[in-house]
Amino acid sequence: MDERVAAAWQQLPLYLGEHVALSAAAMGLGLTLSLLFAIAAVRNRYVRWPVLTLASLIQTIPGLALLALFYPLLLALSALSEQWFGRSFSALGFLPSLLALTLYSMLPVIRNGVTGILTLDPAIAEAARGVGMTDWQRLLRVELPLAAPMLMAGVRTAAVWVIGAATLSTPVGQTSLGNYIFAGLQVQNWVSVLFGCVAAAGLALIVDQLLALIESGVVRRRPVRISAGAFVLLAGIAVAAMPRSDADASYVVGAKSFTEQYILSALIAERIAAEGGEATRRTGLGSAIAFTALAAGEIDIYVDYSGTLWANVMRRKDIPPRAQLLAELRDWLVRERGVRLAGALGFENAYAFAMRRDRAAALGIASIDDLAARARSLTLGADFEFLARPEWPALRDAYGLVFAGRREFESTFMYDAVATGEVDVITAFSSDGRIAANDLVVLADPRGAFLPYDAIVLISADRVDDPLLRRAIEPLIDAIPVETMRQANYLVDGRGNPLPPVAAARWLSEHLAARIGP
Amino acid sequence: MSASPPASNRQRIIELKGVSRAYGAIRVVHNLNLVVDAGEFVAIVGESGSGKTTTLKTINRLLEPDSGEVLIDGVPTHAHPAHLLRRRIGYVFQRIGLFPHLSVAENIGITPKLLGWSSAHIAARVAELLELVNLPQGFAGRRPAELSGGQRQRVGVARALAARPWIMLMDEPFGALDAVTRDALGAEYRRLHERMHLTTLMVTHDVLEAVLLADRVVVMRSGSIVADGAPSELMNDHPEEAVRALMDMPRRQALRVAALLEEATRG
Repeated sequence: MDERVAAAWQQLPLYLGEHVALSAAAMGLGLTLSLLFAIAAVRNRYVRWPVLTLASLIQTIPGLALLALFYPLLLALSALSEQWFGRSFSALGFLPSLLALTLYSMLPVIRNGVTGILTLDPAIAEAARGVGMTDWQRLLRVELPLAAPMLMAGVRTAAVWVIGAATLSTPVGQTSLGNYIFAGLQVQNWVSVLFGCVAAAGLALIVDQLLALIESGVVRRRPVRISAGAFVLLAGIAVAAMPRSDADASYVVGAKSFTEQYILSALIAERIAAEGGEATRRTGLGSAIAFTALAAGEIDIYVDYSGTLWANVMRRKDIPPRAQLLAELRDWLVRERGVRLAGALGFENAYAFAMRRDRAAALGIASIDDLAARARSLTLGADFEFLARPEWPALRDAYGLVFAGRREFESTFMYDAVATGEVDVITAFSSDGRIAANDLVVLADPRGAFLPYDAIVLISADRVDDPLLRRAIEPLIDAIPVETMRQANYLVDGRGNPLPPVAAARWLSEHLAARIGP
Repeated sequence: MSASPPASNRQRIIELKGVSRAYGAIRVVHNLNLVVDAGEFVAIVGESGSGKTTTLKTINRLLEPDSGEVLIDGVPTHAHPAHLLRRRIGYVFQRIGLFPHLSVAENIGITPKLLGWSSAHIAARVAELLELVNLPQGFAGRRPAELSGGQRQRVGVARALAARPWIMLMDEPFGALDAVTRDALGAEYRRLHERMHLTTLMVTHDVLEAVLLADRVVVMRSGSIVADGAPSELMNDHPEEAVRALMDMPRRQALRVAALLEEATRG
């Protein structure tokens, strides 16, 4: 078996289990709420329009955005709860995923439920009243049983949607089959991406067929089918919901969703293990979510970049020299968020403009000043974050940059786009292995308009004085030169035979040990 | 001369006092007074829109009057919850409204079940009713979809009678059936009415059906009663123009049939 497939199989019980548990919880909650809303909408026509419209509206919000929106909302609620009841809850992972998927599941059930009941022959409702049923008896004995086939069709649709959308819960820190997809996308492990897709589709198909069995039992009034389908479904959910051994590891290492982060989180986890600690990794976090999660104590440690926090968290627009920025950031983090900046790893992963070497030579571009003179006929490729950062307007104004066009990519595809000539310049990352892999040149920044981006280790307030963590991190501080990091990244991102991030972390660890000595 | 006993001996079962009902700006029933005595079979006739169905539905509170009140056995109907009232009153209507997901037996036994009868008691009652409405016992397990129109309305009548009501409200009960079935079911129901000492109020647009089945015919027009009497009284050159017009058709038909019969006996 392919090594990558074997690795994927190994993860399957965890990812599938979490995926099933999450989907089942969302369906259970969604179904309950949907039924209540459907009943209210049937009984009261003034409720009907708002309920159906709201449900449709939620459906138009992209799943990823819905998940992302719940995170700050829950964080604010958690802070309020802390203030009022002295108790906070995790705004990351299960809860935002559950709520977003619950909302997502509601439209088909509400719509089919309402339609199912409202399209019943009015004579039946009249007869139900005529024989002396109360409103509830009419609903439970007549309307719901008669609308059940239509309702079940809605439940099937909802289940398939929820299982599909649950793959999107990975970036808010909930483990799911989406981990295969998000991690695979970042490290260009297409086997992993495909594995995740097939697993999610397979799960959706199986659940759909079981629900179809129940549906046919409802339509043809065969209780055996209903119980058989329900039994298999519930058994599957029960197995998925069983507690797993690794659920309560002591240290949680976070990682954003790109190769370097996967490698560094694996490296930190390995260091913690070497010091006798237990660590789990929460990978694929959104860039902004990672810091918020650390500040909230939901992850204990992760690597971020000084310029990112400077601009996005401190909301500073000025660009001080590297050392000064680092010092100010360190003070601010402790003072404002109680987060400890344990130290810099020794390399920068800064934004930088990069071009294909042959193209830059042909156009005579070596610095951003040269680029500015030619930019009107060139297309810029950026990642999703760059153009929204405050430094982009600063950079643009400093050099008077005007591009012919701009396109935004997921970072993996951004490198492909410049390599194939679809865009001319990209906002590359200076420690990225793909710069060498694609034979790109980084343009000089003579006016110092790009922020410095030192890789720094951040530790949450709860773990500030944790001696094990301190011992684990110490050998990494100022120990990784940019060439080494680029090499490690290249092991994963490079052409040929890429390694999984964990293997690259092992290489990095051995490399560092050899250099520093035992 | 009226066939009913003198007023002092009668027991008022249903009494409508000044009942009015409008839908938006349209007045459908206007200040209507009506008394139905124990054991009477009363038919309400009138054109579509005359307010006869609305009047009927105010009695078991499928519709609430805007003003006025309805008394059953001298007690205002709003004194108790509507669903309890309806369990004591049989209701049969043109579209029947059998519950498609329930068997014939379950349909017939629904009101007893709501009233908490034991299942043995319900089963016995269902068997009794199937016989009463001339359906084979084997029909108990069938679904409504497997029955003909006439069979369905027999089940509808059985369902209305299941909890032994003494009042039956019928809204065009046989209107959707073919002429032969309608006649047979009408006559059978009339016998049930006698045998079970029911008080029946039936709405129909079929004047012939009304005069043949009922002891008393109430004629409605534009939300009010314009005539109220035994069929014989109404047939006989009534002072009200609307009543004369309404009775004209069955009259002519009856005379023509009588003439034909005479011809046949002579021939």
